[in-house]
Amino acid sequence: MWSCLGQFSSVTIELIISKLTDTLEPVHLEVHNESHMHAVPPGSESHFRVLVVSSQFEGLSLIKRHRLVNEALKKELSSCVHALSIQAKTPEQWRSNPSLAKSPPCMGGSRGDHTVEEKLKAGRE
Amino acid sequence: MNSLIRSTARCLRSGAAVYLPRQADGCVWSASARFLCASADLQKDLGEMVKKDKVVVFMKGTPAQPMCGFSNAVVQILRMHGVDDYASYNVLEDSELREGVKTFSNWPTIPQVYFSGEFVGGCDILLQMHQNGDLVEELKKLGISSALLEAEKESK
Repeated sequence: MWSCLGQFSSVTIELIISKLTDTLEPVHLEVHNESHMHAVPPGSESHFRVLVVSSQFEGLSLIKRHRLVNEALKKELSSCVHALSIQAKTPEQWRSNPSLAKSPPCMGGSRGDHTVEEKLKAGRE
Repeated sequence: MNSLIRSTARCLRSGAAVYLPRQADGCVWSASARFLCASADLQKDLGEMVKKDKVVVFMKGTPAQPMCGFSNAVVQILRMHGVDDYASYNVLEDSELREGVKTFSNWPTIPQVYFSGEFVGGCDILLQMHQNGDLVEELKKLGISSALLEAEKESK
């Protein structure tokens, strides 16, 4: 059984959900648009947090797990997604600690960053 | 002009040569040739940069003034463990470095942390390592005794 949560349906969130579901077959998946917590215009889709619970992570180090997630979202990461926070748990780890980590407070780094502006533009197109 | 001279020198050192008819402004190198030469050299430089120091961080801003919450989290975690002496590179000052390190590490985001030349991960991984005790162990392997370990001993 899996549950999937995402704030407001949006093309980017739907894409992230779909790609992670297809590649990692998660038993639990959460995709959060955290752009509102950062120095980007309202309604942006640039900063995301994903929580992926999958048995495919069993026996894998944290870095290997994160690389699997990065690989699944390679296209989005090179186009419209500027920041991606990842929690990658096995079903057992999720059962013993079913909590979503919090992102650290923004320090405004995205403000005036032309790389972020390009990504926001790519996301809108 | 200076960047053209630097890029030319890099290309000559690496043995690459792209000869084009002189443009109106006197440049003989195409933009793409300059980019390719500089990129290859940067990848080589990064290979050396990550090994030169035990702990290397590619971040936005500096440890004294981080410009990003995720980069700041890395700085604060290292600080909690008493790790203040490490190499840090501010990718906001160098867009080539910013893109080059992502290629080098095959990792799409900043910050990026290296221990003894080996890629450890970004903010999420360092935070989890800190929370589950792995960071203390990894620092020990580098010959660094975590301040948290010292604090724990003192409290006993």
